[in-house]
Amino acid sequence: MVKREYMLGNVAIARGIVEGGGQVISGYPGTPSSEIIGTLAGMKERNFYVEWSVNEKVALEVAAGAAMAGVRSVVTMKHVGLNVAADPLMTLAYTGVKGSMVIIVADDPSCHSSQNEQDTRRYSQFSLIPCLDPCTPQEAKDMMPYAFEISNKLQTPVIFRPTTRISHGKSDVELGPVKEDMPAADFQKDLERWVMVPKNARIQHPHLLELQKDILAELENSPWNELELSEGASVGVIASGIASVYAKEAVIRQGIDASFLKIGTYPVPEKKIRTLMENADRIIIFEEMEPVVEEQVRIIAQETGSDVEIIGKMPGPIPRIFELNTDVCADVLAEVLGLGRSDVPADTGEDFDYDRCRVELPMRPPVMCPGCSHRATFHVMKRVYGKNAIFPSDIGCYTLGIQSGTVDTTLCMGGSITVASGMYQAGETKPICCSIGDSTFFHTGMNGLLNAIYNKADITVTIVDNRTTAMTGHQPNPGMGKLATGEQTTEVCLETLCKGMGAGFVETVDPYDLNKAEEVFRKAKDYKGTSVVITEQLCVIDAKRSGIRRKPFTIDADKCVGCKKCVYLGCPAIEFDVETKKASINMMCTGCGVCDRLCMFEAISEVKK
Amino acid sequence: MSAEGISIFDLIIAGVGGQGTILASDIIGKAAVKEDMSVRAAETHGMAQRGGSVVNHIRLGCELGSMIPLKGADVLLALEPSEALRYMEYLAEDGVILVNTEPILPVTVTSGLCTYPDIDDILSVMKEEREVKAFNATDLAKEAGHPQSMNVVMVGAVSNYLPVSVDTLLECVKELVPPKTVDINIRAFEMGRSVIQG
Repeated sequence: MVKREYMLGNVAIARGIVEGGGQVISGYPGTPSSEIIGTLAGMKERNFYVEWSVNEKVALEVAAGAAMAGVRSVVTMKHVGLNVAADPLMTLAYTGVKGSMVIIVADDPSCHSSQNEQDTRRYSQFSLIPCLDPCTPQEAKDMMPYAFEISNKLQTPVIFRPTTRISHGKSDVELGPVKEDMPAADFQKDLERWVMVPKNARIQHPHLLELQKDILAELENSPWNELELSEGASVGVIASGIASVYAKEAVIRQGIDASFLKIGTYPVPEKKIRTLMENADRIIIFEEMEPVVEEQVRIIAQETGSDVEIIGKMPGPIPRIFELNTDVCADVLAEVLGLGRSDVPADTGEDFDYDRCRVELPMRPPVMCPGCSHRATFHVMKRVYGKNAIFPSDIGCYTLGIQSGTVDTTLCMGGSITVASGMYQAGETKPICCSIGDSTFFHTGMNGLLNAIYNKADITVTIVDNRTTAMTGHQPNPGMGKLATGEQTTEVCLETLCKGMGAGFVETVDPYDLNKAEEVFRKAKDYKGTSVVITEQLCVIDAKRSGIRRKPFTIDADKCVGCKKCVYLGCPAIEFDVETKKASINMMCTGCGVCDRLCMFEAISEVKK
Repeated sequence: MSAEGISIFDLIIAGVGGQGTILASDIIGKAAVKEDMSVRAAETHGMAQRGGSVVNHIRLGCELGSMIPLKGADVLLALEPSEALRYMEYLAEDGVILVNTEPILPVTVTSGLCTYPDIDDILSVMKEEREVKAFNATDLAKEAGHPQSMNVVMVGAVSNYLPVSVDTLLECVKELVPPKTVDINIRAFEMGRSVIQG
């Protein structure tokens, strides 16, 4: 009997890696990709090696090394991570691999948890590495063993690109057999292939171009591209990846007779596109984000002299931004085919029309947790450096401090220290104090600090060390002395590391201790040169999980004068009653005590049992 | 309404990060798979989870995409009243809203930037357009043994509408909640189930 399980897309992908015989799996956490390694590392029995690497470039190179040695490797990351790993990617396309290598890059159209919405299929075109684009969690799982096979057959890495709705979608998934006969590592010296000095690169580049024909032939007939011709239909629909299930539903809902080409690979299946062109007068192309398929369809139409009408986004009615969905597809079909618009308004991803319903809904943005130590750090930073200071920040939970006035820039992972340095070197005279998390510091912040110290930037670097990679789901990092699998390892000391890079001022302080923290920040501000303050306090979620229980706090209404000093912290556990003009503390309090230390009227105290 | 040939039952679960919307949809999804239905679900993970507004789509008997079209859901299960209103447009005109009346104030309200609407106003706006069944699931959960079992109270409430048997749902509650809380959650489920039956 076939086994079916209800699974998260990323868990299905992890299962696909196991079924395909993955042997070395590396990655850096990033929503929506993180649960793939989380699942593999959490398995009780493993016949593969799995690691959280310190960044995506490192992760990709670890997987590349494994594949050069002849085994089956995987690297995982989110789309922006591939920018970090783009350097090895572009040259790895030249060397190719000996075993198999799958580069999993999870895209996030609509920026659910990201700073941009870039389309990884462009990297596939750019690097000439083939790309697979699943439309359901089931297909995502099934594509993994296939990806290993073609990677090995064609001796090229393969990009595998799920999107948020695949990675964080759930579905019933039919399991397959697990591959057992895996190759052993056996690196064979081959200078022409593995050493990309100019002489050899000039040999490999034409090989890579030559390989494209084989890649296309292989993918053209893969099960991921499906053409259903509808006899006599003048409309052809082409849809790729996740957009193919939305387009399919829209076609069914609108009752349209159309030929349908579902695309799941890049390069795109040219023969199937030609066949569809010969059988349709109009082709409508649904794909999320960039017009990657559409460009190819237009090129093929030009080559074949086809006068088929091509409707997409260059320009056209299909949006080039954000996720697509059934409503968008149905509306486009209705408009293009003159069916009259559906009565369902398009879900444009914009908020509900509150005006229509008389009551105004309060915004509910994601916020830092009750008791989060970042809130205390930001409070002290603002107090010491002043409202007019510049606070470049970085990517992590602390970015949620955007309301607190201490997140003035967020560019990319590790971009806080470097942006701060640039502002100082530009002649900025306002005080500059940047913030970066522990995991982000290990990722690419370290290089920025080294650069700041070396080039004498007079800035303060605050490492908000909550001893985990919190935002993506509490993955371990080198500062924690713990591996992906939970095994103990060397604990890298941030203080020693910063001193080793030459920082003249490095101090660690508990941000809950507001007075001490203020004293340390004042010294750091006065220091001429690059100063480093490490504010260390365990993430409140981890603290709770590890059994730390602090007594909650309460506010004595008789003593509260309604000054709102505690309210301005922005802690979800503190509420303010506009009628009584008193603050109070709700059930969410985790007992950090920061508000108590702030209150000048001794109105706040620990709850006595 | 869930359309023929596409889906058997389309459910939206709305709430606030931390309320247990994912566990609620997991119980339902897993139960449907046990009864041999195909399931598609979409969840809010990552950044938006931290106290933000969250919405899960779950489609039973569906083999296409996980996103329910606007005005497509059979039931809107809302773990928080303002979140019910925020996602009401996903509900079919003849759909039903099951809503927990216990509010969670967002930081924008607690810090005095916005005001939280009157619960009765929220309910009356919804009642003008849809069938609404409102009750305080948080109080029921406390009565069952722990306020955190509110999400399971809500699963019990929606069990009256799902094309999945109560036994299978309860089996999944037992499998998915922390072992120590099984009894509390079974009570929570039963209380939610009977509050709708009246």
